Amino acid sequence: MGSREKILAAVKTNQPPLSPLPSNWQGSKHTTNLKEQFIQTVTNIGGLVIEVNSVEEIIPAVKDKFPETTRIVNLLESPKPTGASLGDPHEFENVTIAIMQGQLGVAENGAVWLTDKQMGDRVLPYICENLVLVMKSTEIVPTLHEAYERIGSSDYGLGTFLAGPSKTADIEQSLVLGAHGPKSLMVYLLP
Amino acid sequence: MNDTLKNHATLAEKFNRDIPRVDWHDKTLWFVREKRDKAANQIPDWEKLRETASQIKNNVLSNLHDYLVEFENNAQQNGITVHWASTPKEHNEIVHRIIQQHGVEHIVKSKSMLTEECGLNEYLEHQGIEVVDTDLGERIVQLAGEPPSHIVLPCIHWKKEEIGELFHQHLGTPKGNADPQFLTSAARAHLREHFLHSKVAITGVNFAVAETGEFVVCTNEGNADLGVQLADVHIACMGIEKIIPQRKHLGIFLRLLARSATGQPITTYSSHFQKPRAGQEMHIVLVDNGRSERLGSEDFRNALKCIRCGACFNTCPVYRRSGGHSYHTAVAGPIGSILAPALDMEKNADLPFASTLCGSCTNVCPVKIDIHDQLYKWRQVLVKNGHVTRGKKFSMMSMRFLLSHSSLYNFSGTLGRWVMRNLPSLVNNKFNPWYKQREMPQAPAQSFRSWYLKNKQHGK
Repeated sequence: MGSREKILAAVKTNQPPLSPLPSNWQGSKHTTNLKEQFIQTVTNIGGLVIEVNSVEEIIPAVKDKFPETTRIVNLLESPKPTGASLGDPHEFENVTIAIMQGQLGVAENGAVWLTDKQMGDRVLPYICENLVLVMKSTEIVPTLHEAYERIGSSDYGLGTFLAGPSKTADIEQSLVLGAHGPKSLMVYLLP
Repeated sequence: MNDTLKNHATLAEKFNRDIPRVDWHDKTLWFVREKRDKAANQIPDWEKLRETASQIKNNVLSNLHDYLVEFENNAQQNGITVHWASTPKEHNEIVHRIIQQHGVEHIVKSKSMLTEECGLNEYLEHQGIEVVDTDLGERIVQLAGEPPSHIVLPCIHWKKEEIGELFHQHLGTPKGNADPQFLTSAARAHLREHFLHSKVAITGVNFAVAETGEFVVCTNEGNADLGVQLADVHIACMGIEKIIPQRKHLGIFLRLLARSATGQPITTYSSHFQKPRAGQEMHIVLVDNGRSERLGSEDFRNALKCIRCGACFNTCPVYRRSGGHSYHTAVAGPIGSILAPALDMEKNADLPFASTLCGSCTNVCPVKIDIHDQLYKWRQVLVKNGHVTRGKKFSMMSMRFLLSHSSLYNFSGTLGRWVMRNLPSLVNNKFNPWYKQREMPQAPAQSFRSWYLKNKQHGK
């Protein structure tokens, strides 16, 4: 008998009588302003939220913020990043700024949901030095429960909740931004 | 019990020789515990979340067979290769075989307590494969040749000056620089090279969803993601108990996990891996290692609900003052003390006694594991199976005799109080383990019983 069969047989014999799943989650009512809460939470976790009126404002604003940027990958217009022709993620090692769309934001924890469809290459949101996410303020939900309701049974290769810049506090609990991934994260909020 | 085995009390005594360090360790972890409280208090539904998470996990344990099969089917349909391992050895061999097939001698690994449990690093190093741990804290202890001392904060026992010295030796940073920001950026540059040159990346798994065949990995540093997205092969290793039924249940667990662990609202990255990218291989190794057997134990199966947040470590007065290494197991702290005896009762017989049974671990556990009850129950199992020292056995038998003979009990109380007042050196000496690092209390003039009888006679 292989290990699979052995493990499954033992599990079947030993598992206790069926204990039912709890009923669907019903949380307390949310009365706070979602946009305000989202902006506050992202700021608390080391990110920055900037409200803009149109997509056109974003690129000049980003260039203004990072005048010494050498390589920007902008995925807002085309989901295929330039330089991805080889299909080798190592190509993106020197990206200073990556700009991509976020699908939805969570007010309670400041996380933004995006999938590989928005990432261009899966490595981009992790390897770039600074990450810029763009989303509509109407796409902010109160908690993860509403976020998963929206995500539903959608199909993706990789999906992620991304909350603030990469960080660590492994050295004496001192918070340092930019552990391995982006050193900064900005969310541009469209109306 | 074999006295040459590693023992929590002895190891804790060693840790306690440096009193300022113990105080610092204690305070640092209490700080994390306070952050957890603050985060939990901001959620009005916190207790309901814990109860719901607990019920979902109870359901998982009661239907684990079907969920495992469902997960395997869905993962396979997503293009993921699923492996099963009964033992740590089998797990290590599977991982090694995949690495060999790709002719690789150098891999990166993000945090996985399961691979610690299985001793994967040592195994692969014996086979000539270099494993680089990429979580900053794990890299620090790896360079120092130590295991992690905490499942979430692996080098919580290290001071920044010591890390500066370690990096000076291994990474060539300037001597005397102990600035966390500087040291982190040195580690970032050092590990970036490893990320860029590793064709195989190993990660752990926080949750695996039966309904969708996807698995979720949570990190703050982004090391798991960077590793797997630059590698041709992603191997994810998980215990069979990490399954949850449906995707929407992640909403419950992700709200609890980081808040319980560090007080953050969520980890920076909660990556849901459903399919390998084009040209990438994705493997999942499902490991049993005693879990299926434990599932049959009514008293101890609940420990399988653990989501490895570490909240019970941070709150535990014994852990905070004895350090993770005194537990001599991959998973230390209160949860480790109830997991380890099931893996090896003889080697870990000391651990359920490394507790005051105060119950704080149970109170903070996000999935409501009855940790302190299990610690108490393990003690009974260990005594019945002869896994305690003769000294402890003898003193327990003496106490039983004493406590069941009231006149003898009264007499020894009187004698004890007299000795403590008149011949204190008889108890205040190194042969009395209770005198170690403590002052003995002042003996009262009378017992509670005599006080009560006297006052009752006065009609009060």
